[in-house]
Amino acid sequence: MDINTILITAGAIGGVGLVCGTALALAAKFLAVKEDPRVEAMEEILPGANCGGCGFAGCADYAKAIINDGAAINLCAPGGAEVLDAIAKAMGIEASVEEKKVAVVMCAGDSDKAPRKHLYNGVADCTAAAAVAGGDKVCRYGCLGYGSCANVCPVGAIEIKKGVAIVHPELCISCGACVSACPRNLIKMVPISRTIHVLCSSKDKGPVVKKACQVGCIGCRMCVKLAGDAFEMDGFLARRNYDIPVENEGIVEKCPGKCIIKRGDSEDPAPAKPETAPEQTEGEASETKREG
Amino acid sequence: MKAIPAKFKVNGGIHPAYHKELARDKAIENMPIPALLSVSMSQHLGAPANPIVKKGDSVLRGQLIGETAGFISAAVHAPSSGTVKAVSEAPTAMGTTAAIVVIEPDGEDTWIEGLEGIADWQSTAPKTLVEKIAAAGIAGMGGAGFPTHVKLSPPPDKPIDTLILNGAECEPYLTADHRLMIERADTIWVGCQIIRKILGATTVRIAIEDNKPEAIAAMEQAMANAEGDVGITVLKTEYPQGAEKQQIFATTGREVPSGKLPMDVGCVVENVGTTLAVWDAIVNGKPLTERVTTVTGHPVAEPRNVLNRIGTPYSDLLAFCGGLKGDVAKIISGGPMMGLAQPGLDATTTKTTSGLLFLAPQETQTFNSMPCIACGRCIEACPMYLVPAELSQMLEAEDYEAAEELNVLDCIECGCCAFACPAHRPLVQHMKQGKSKVMLKRRQAQKK
Repeated sequence: MDINTILITAGAIGGVGLVCGTALALAAKFLAVKEDPRVEAMEEILPGANCGGCGFAGCADYAKAIINDGAAINLCAPGGAEVLDAIAKAMGIEASVEEKKVAVVMCAGDSDKAPRKHLYNGVADCTAAAAVAGGDKVCRYGCLGYGSCANVCPVGAIEIKKGVAIVHPELCISCGACVSACPRNLIKMVPISRTIHVLCSSKDKGPVVKKACQVGCIGCRMCVKLAGDAFEMDGFLARRNYDIPVENEGIVEKCPGKCIIKRGDSEDPAPAKPETAPEQTEGEASETKREG
Repeated sequence: MKAIPAKFKVNGGIHPAYHKELARDKAIENMPIPALLSVSMSQHLGAPANPIVKKGDSVLRGQLIGETAGFISAAVHAPSSGTVKAVSEAPTAMGTTAAIVVIEPDGEDTWIEGLEGIADWQSTAPKTLVEKIAAAGIAGMGGAGFPTHVKLSPPPDKPIDTLILNGAECEPYLTADHRLMIERADTIWVGCQIIRKILGATTVRIAIEDNKPEAIAAMEQAMANAEGDVGITVLKTEYPQGAEKQQIFATTGREVPSGKLPMDVGCVVENVGTTLAVWDAIVNGKPLTERVTTVTGHPVAEPRNVLNRIGTPYSDLLAFCGGLKGDVAKIISGGPMMGLAQPGLDATTTKTTSGLLFLAPQETQTFNSMPCIACGRCIEACPMYLVPAELSQMLEAEDYEAAEELNVLDCIECGCCAFACPAHRPLVQHMKQGKSKVMLKRRQAQKK
């Protein structure tokens, strides 16, 4: 091959490279997008779960909102006090710490305790099941157990146990996604230190509740009498007033409806964590491949 | 008057087993007034009525007990004379809870005084007639129950030239409309003329499927001396030809565009039962307090077409038909295709209860839904030119925007796709859910 051809080719390619390189270098200099380093720093601080619990479209969006629009800094529920402190430090403002809230499903009528009135053989979704003859549970307020809440939970903190949803408080990141997913409005956000709940949402009168569930509130008012302001009546349904702790824990035993229940970490152990977390699966899979 | 076959045929559609022979030849029977009448204030689509009576009040038949709440709403009247036992809440056939007025009939069945018909309706202003129909609380008796006075007051920029009387009754098992056409053909025809006068429609078509030759013959006879562009269109039997938009196409060849109403193509469709109620309201001045319900199914001892008062408990209806002679696996309020599954017999009849169907265990199946095998049978069956297979997968993935683009809102929930699906996918349920989600999103967007 002629040496000139090689030289011309090398020269031409080198020349094109030089022109392009210069253009890129100039573009990088003059068209640079100035990123606020504080936003980047803030993204680092936020947990990166992108749960949307703060009301913004993910952690990056929330970081931008804090820096640019002065959004409230205490909106990141999964981050908890640690992240709040870090944000406060970065922004140089005082942090007001609020107790972490966790979701609680206000129904304990599982398949042993609350009968079903018909066989539902359709889409496995609570909203769909509730639209067919008013839901397949005799109780028209109770958890249907088709897992609409579990499906929206970003961290898998909700388990369907014997036809009733149970939130594992130690996994819950307080994003509140499940609250709006429940067609029967059974899920409430509750301070994590409060472990005694009225796990019933039936507003029906006592005799109706008795027929529908073994652990339903019959509206006897005993909790209000024995434990004072920690409980309040809403028609025929007792509700827990979470601002006030329950001092007389004996009420759990005494409740005639058996619907006042103490929930602790020990009582409902979290499901065994999957051996590989989702983000690890890919890496591990490729590793195996390489080994193979 | 000679019946002519329809020139057009709806897209898709299915041919389920009709089983109309169970009650087809049973004359309409007047059911005695039951011990208690529980009249639901939620009689139809749209806003439920507001109860205006209280416990202890004595009411007369035809007395207003529920006031309309909004434009798309119909008044409710006492179905018999007696005492109001309670005004409370109860589950409806739709599975929701609504206000009910429980009346204990006194057995006298006294009509309220002052009900007067308009004998000279031919020369009465249409507005007066529509007001009379509204006061009578008439809602479409074919199933959906759209308040009739709303249908009969189209805006002035949408002239109606064609009135279609719906006697297709394409739902399997049901024979109430069939019997009405055989037994009350003359009055239906008068009712039809009243509606024609209100709308100023030039053309009238009575649409009847060809599996009802007796009904066609009866209507032919009743309309023997009819004048003008009037005719009976015989539709080839196929489900869902009783659906409004399908019927308009089969009868006139006009297609209702997506998101539009029949009035946009100059048509109004009225069920034959509704027409009879209109006749009763105008000629006799009587509000709607009763309807014909087909109580049928193989487990029923004596399937019948029952003229019952609005608010009759389903259990009384069944008892009037001799109870059950076999096991029941499924109870449906309405027909098997679009009816509502019932958890029991607690609900009561409304203005839209066209049937009460009992299915034996061997007639029902429980399915496990499988993944779509892309066979396309649902697309062939869909009368609305939709793609149920793709839509259901989009809705399963909660991609409501994509589903909206593929016109999920056009779905009429007829059930043809699910009937045809070999993978037993709950297609209609997906659609129903998807439609409500899309509507919810639209409403939220409007609020913003």
